[in-house]
Amino acid sequence: MTAVAPPRTPVAAARRRPGAMARAPQDSPAGVWTYVFLALTMLFAAFPLYWMFVIATSNDEALAKLPPAVIPGDRFMTNVNEVFSLQDVYFAASLVNSVIVSSVVTASVLFFCSLAGFAFAKLRFKGSNALMVFVVLTLTVPNQLGIVALYIVMGKLGWNGTLLAVIAPGLVTAFGVFYMRQFIVNTVPDELIESARVDGATTMRVYANIVLPAIRPALAVLGLLSFVATWNEFQWPLITLSGTDFPTSMVAISDLASGNYVIYRRVLAGAFLATIPLLVMLFIGGRQIVRGIMEGAVKS
Amino acid sequence: MSTTRAAPTPPAHRSAPRRAGGSGADERRLNWRNRLYRFDMRYMPYLMIAPFFLLFAVFGLFPLLFNAVVSLRNYRLDDPTLPYWAGFANFTKLFGDEYFWNALYNTFGIFLLSSVPQLLLALVVASLLNRKLRAQTWWRVGVLLPYITPIVASTMVFSVFFSREFGMANWVLGLLGIGGPDDPIDWRADKLHSWIAIATMVNWKWIGYNALLYLAAMQSIPRDVYEAAAIDGAGPWKQLWRITVPMIQPVVVFTVILSTIGGLQLFTEPMLFDQNAQNATGGPNREWQTIAQLIYKVGWKDLNLGYAAAMSWALFLIILIVAGINFWATNRLSGGRR
Repeated sequence: MTAVAPPRTPVAAARRRPGAMARAPQDSPAGVWTYVFLALTMLFAAFPLYWMFVIATSNDEALAKLPPAVIPGDRFMTNVNEVFSLQDVYFAASLVNSVIVSSVVTASVLFFCSLAGFAFAKLRFKGSNALMVFVVLTLTVPNQLGIVALYIVMGKLGWNGTLLAVIAPGLVTAFGVFYMRQFIVNTVPDELIESARVDGATTMRVYANIVLPAIRPALAVLGLLSFVATWNEFQWPLITLSGTDFPTSMVAISDLASGNYVIYRRVLAGAFLATIPLLVMLFIGGRQIVRGIMEGAVKS
Repeated sequence: MSTTRAAPTPPAHRSAPRRAGGSGADERRLNWRNRLYRFDMRYMPYLMIAPFFLLFAVFGLFPLLFNAVVSLRNYRLDDPTLPYWAGFANFTKLFGDEYFWNALYNTFGIFLLSSVPQLLLALVVASLLNRKLRAQTWWRVGVLLPYITPIVASTMVFSVFFSREFGMANWVLGLLGIGGPDDPIDWRADKLHSWIAIATMVNWKWIGYNALLYLAAMQSIPRDVYEAAAIDGAGPWKQLWRITVPMIQPVVVFTVILSTIGGLQLFTEPMLFDQNAQNATGGPNREWQTIAQLIYKVGWKDLNLGYAAAMSWALFLIILIVAGINFWATNRLSGGRR
């Protein structure tokens, strides 16, 4: 890091009266304009979602209204029922599929990544440094690039067109191992592990009784991030699942929007339905998601 | 990592003969525990990291390497009678393929229109958030709304925003005196307008996320740096550019690399912005077809997996090169003098 403005001596800083200018930004109270601009940012961020809801609850006319319709209608259930009863789209099933895929992937990521993260953080074994470097290197490889070969591999396994094809590639992530390792290094004291060892605890027992309880916050963060990421995945599920009876909800939404005459109140009703679980997660776990993203930034 | 690991139960019984008297059962039990202990210390760590490496090898690394083999083959799903190896035919075909160059051009165009405003606006939002705010958490969670929204869902909304006849984008621009109801912009008719529409979606999605990354870095800047700057008489704007940005430079570089890797693989937005998404052409005349989209079309619409694999390799190289250039450039630009 380059410190461009070399900090002056504290004496020089202290000589000046501690006015508003001498404070770091994070210590100075926000002015009216900050709130105004932030409110505009929020409006920009939330409006597409809100309008999605408006159209999802309205009849066909709302779509073409200018100035745009901003008051929700009362036809949400009507639109949802229409979406659910469409042949060839399997929307209700797709929501179940998405829940299955995202839950299995999340559970697996949490278990395997915390296990490996613990090993890398606290256990001594030959090659651990080299292997960890390998994990960090794979962080930067965009896995989309192997997608053609992945399709062929899944074909050999006979998994294309099944949920297995979507679940298997997500079961572990390098980011998860990296994140867990960092967290365990910083939060689980060596002494605690030592004393458990002296009492005769096996490695797995240490993991279950000491590490797992200590890393609960990190599990929440990683769990939320992987659930959201898996739920929202589109390209690979589209390739392997489209045209089957087992789409994920993202594939099903794109099915809703295909064809010559697209009925947008249906598309957006489906889109909104598939967004609800994530909105709930943000509402409940927003603090954790924010923390996870910000911690990741400082550490990387 | 601790280096002071004590060995709790020293393996004293190991060398003892197996049946050395009446307490054979005890002896065996100890022996067994001993072995368990040794196994636990020596091999358990490998067992714990094995699931990660096995799964990653099968579904991550192997496909990436196997991709190279496929790219050298005639791998057509609709014609298995072709000779097995194609040599470098797929790659030579790539150089003469105008659709590939067109897709590359589109990808770069959309990438520039999305990454530059995205990161600049993220800086602004981050510096807004980097104040003493009421309901601080609420604002931070709020800017993440686009981040958790499925791109598939938001693209459907933006698709309507950018429609020619009743689109909200044209309505807003009309209010500002651009276009207007008599001369509405057709967002799907040419490259520049479709690029802008798609870039808007990308910006919407990622500004808040990047802002939080910047915010995290901003909050770890030592406070006395600002005190010194205040003495020099730097205003907030100058502070942002002269102090904050150089101080958070590593994170700036990180976000540039992230948005390069993501931006050059753009798929969902251009795909679903098209009213005939199933064609995967990115507009009637491929106005906004990106490389990721072209790979999908070549592989799963034209059923030429060998050629699609070659294209994936090309994209990989391009990402590597551009990420390298951007790494170097941001290091230079945001680091100030060095």
